[in-house]
Amino acid sequence: MRKLLKKSLLWPLAAIAAIGFITMGCSSNGEFGSSSDAAEKVYVAPGEHDEFYGFFSGGYNGQLGVYGLPSGRHIFTIPVFSQAAVNGWGYNEETKPMLQTTDGFIPWGDAHHPELSQTNGETDGRWIFMNENNTPRIARIGLDEFRTQEIIEIPNSAGNHASSFVTPNTEYVTAATRFSIPMDEDNMQNMDVSIDSYKENFQGTISFIKVSDEGHMSIDFQIRMPGFNYDLSHSGKGPSDGWAFFTSYNSEEAHTMLEINASKNDKDYIAAINWEKAAEYAKEGKGKMIPGEHYRNYIDHEEGGIAKSELIEEVRVLDPRELEGIVYFLPTPKSPHGVDVDPTGQYIAAGGKLSTVIPVHSFEKMMTAIENEEFEGEEQGIPVLSYDSILHGEVQNPGLGPLHTEFDNRGNAYTTAFISSEIVKWDVETLEVIDRIDVYYSPGHLMIPGGDSQKPDGKYLVALNKITKDRYLPTGPEMFHSAQLIDISGEKMQLLLDFPTEGEPHYAQGIAAEKVKENQKRFYEIEDNNHPHAAKSEKETRVERDGNEVHVYMTTIRSHFAPDNIEGIKVGDEVYFHVTNLEQDWDVPHGFAMKGANNAELLVMPGETATLKWEPKKEGVFPFYCTDFCSALHQEMQGYVRVSPENSDTQISYSTGQ
Amino acid sequence: MDKQKRVWMAVAALLLIGVYFFPIWSISMEAPQYPEGIGMNISVDTIEGKQKNDLQNINGLNHYIGMKEINPDSIPELKIMPYIFGFLIISGLVIAGIGNHKWILFWLGLFVLFAIAGLVDFYLWGYDYGHNLNPDAPIKVPGMTYQPPLLGSKQLLNINATSLPHIGFYISLISMGIAGTIWWKSKED
Repeated sequence: MRKLLKKSLLWPLAAIAAIGFITMGCSSNGEFGSSSDAAEKVYVAPGEHDEFYGFFSGGYNGQLGVYGLPSGRHIFTIPVFSQAAVNGWGYNEETKPMLQTTDGFIPWGDAHHPELSQTNGETDGRWIFMNENNTPRIARIGLDEFRTQEIIEIPNSAGNHASSFVTPNTEYVTAATRFSIPMDEDNMQNMDVSIDSYKENFQGTISFIKVSDEGHMSIDFQIRMPGFNYDLSHSGKGPSDGWAFFTSYNSEEAHTMLEINASKNDKDYIAAINWEKAAEYAKEGKGKMIPGEHYRNYIDHEEGGIAKSELIEEVRVLDPRELEGIVYFLPTPKSPHGVDVDPTGQYIAAGGKLSTVIPVHSFEKMMTAIENEEFEGEEQGIPVLSYDSILHGEVQNPGLGPLHTEFDNRGNAYTTAFISSEIVKWDVETLEVIDRIDVYYSPGHLMIPGGDSQKPDGKYLVALNKITKDRYLPTGPEMFHSAQLIDISGEKMQLLLDFPTEGEPHYAQGIAAEKVKENQKRFYEIEDNNHPHAAKSEKETRVERDGNEVHVYMTTIRSHFAPDNIEGIKVGDEVYFHVTNLEQDWDVPHGFAMKGANNAELLVMPGETATLKWEPKKEGVFPFYCTDFCSALHQEMQGYVRVSPENSDTQISYSTGQ
Repeated sequence: MDKQKRVWMAVAALLLIGVYFFPIWSISMEAPQYPEGIGMNISVDTIEGKQKNDLQNINGLNHYIGMKEINPDSIPELKIMPYIFGFLIISGLVIAGIGNHKWILFWLGLFVLFAIAGLVDFYLWGYDYGHNLNPDAPIKVPGMTYQPPLLGSKQLLNINATSLPHIGFYISLISMGIAGTIWWKSKED
């Protein structure tokens, strides 16, 4: 009897536990059947590789994060616009010129939109481009070595946001002014004028940067635009190839308190640019060359691996008021943010962030409207097409604050809704909402591998959330942003994984791993090292004085430096350590750290030469050592430099061993 | 010897040209840090890494235990071997021309002697590299020597070394086999 009572008392407990378990299962963690289903889908066994590379802009860290998908593992960070003490990027003599601008050396950047190079509208794994918003620049990163190879500055621009989107064969990469600035009528030079003369003086530019077969970037032409804020862009494809679309907001041309004053108009514009025609004009020498000083910085390992800065003085500017048919405005509600072209190239979806619908324009209708001159007016000399004549339709009830859209390969579109914290799936033809899923919290961009190309891989979607709050163990007031991986292979979206991302990723790109991993460099061939200060064997190591400049030609191999004892350095000298890593094997970098050096370490890849500048300020003996645990004898990999007073007569001497 | 046998003897001799194009012996090494393996091939006139920089990296590893650097230029046998095979090819062709089967036995005997001498020499080199270690070596394991196996596998600290004949060796074996068969058949005639 007592036993029975005990049993019956325990029953309600079990029921409560069961209810608790059920409610746990469908709580804030999202909508999956069981967490083991999700875990299985993202599990990449030890030693196995992910199916996709994910490239996530680092936002205000200025770098490019590399993640494996579906695991969400952070596998690398490529230094781009910000100095990186981790390996000396922007600190060592070889890479400092990469951060050169017409404002001088800039150690930081705000990286927004990575975009993979494409061939025939498909990602090809050669390069990835990324824009810098603050000091307008575009970088090209080589995916053979996961390094930044070129950075070009964009003149006559401020706030390079609608960038760096490519055309389907990477003919061009785009740039545009987010913050219009005063420009004089003749030469488009910035002016010392009152800010409240905005409407009169402020203008914008949209730039097309030509990409050569080797990847070299040069500004082919800029288009003078009304003084709006140009926000995002995507190129046409298939039938719309030859066109590019740029959203704009602030058609009100406000210059203060934009959150109110730039949100007044019911419609702003998407600028449709016929870049093919503009390129023809440029080729014919139309428009005019104006002053437009900007730097092109590039580094080529085959040419010695020292970055070069090239100052270009002029750019060609095309004026759409004079050159017909290159720009049309598509009225679009309401302060649109993203502009995304579907894989067929027929539809142009806009993320009207303050709009209650997603307007989708039809390229075919746009062309007909242009042909029939169905204009509803003009804006500063640029024809404005009539909204009704270009509209494919509006997606009703798409969530609050729609921002960005990506596409799968089955005719579906996926749009982030920032305010309502969800992703909405809709049919591109019928414009009907098919599914929606909550994300945590407030997604900005989203990414489907190939999702803005003509060949999306419609398996996974990544939501790049702007707000993290409670998703991870708390790390004080500041925390990483949160990305979420969603399975989109079925009718219903399924949340699989949360993973933290470095910096503040804006846009991201994904690509099948096979397209990239076969082309990887493992190390640099020492015989191809053309660095002017390389020591290609220990026999070539030496120390040379030239006035107060001292050049140390040093080598590293497991596990010693040559030379490792150096004397004859004096206070006030400029010492350049040119360190060549003689290793010729995969994953054997050596580091170099010098006590008291006012910069960073060097991390030298096998076969490569890197240079650290050191200005000794005190006399004495100072150690240097290898920072990378290179072998069992890594702790022994060290050396000494003797520093004598400025007026001493200690002669240069050096040795290794004995 | 009839014409057919003389042709076959010529084939046996000419086959040895292959030895100049394929390695004779192979030493492969496996360790956790070398997921794709590392190793070297011994040819008639040189020693090369299986991958481009393997020899340099093997020497890099060996310096920890104080093993001498493997430098093909300092091994005199690699300068002699091409002439030995040259002699075998030419003398084999001459025997095919003369057609006296008794000379085949002599040729074969010489070939087998060279082969045995080669293997003994290889063993002695392995012994020397494995035992005569630099006393200043950073890593000294009491009682440990590093002689690679002559044939088969052997665990040397973290490295599993496997020594096996390569294509050049099998070409030599086939050449011997053909010559032996001709000699045997000629004897029956």
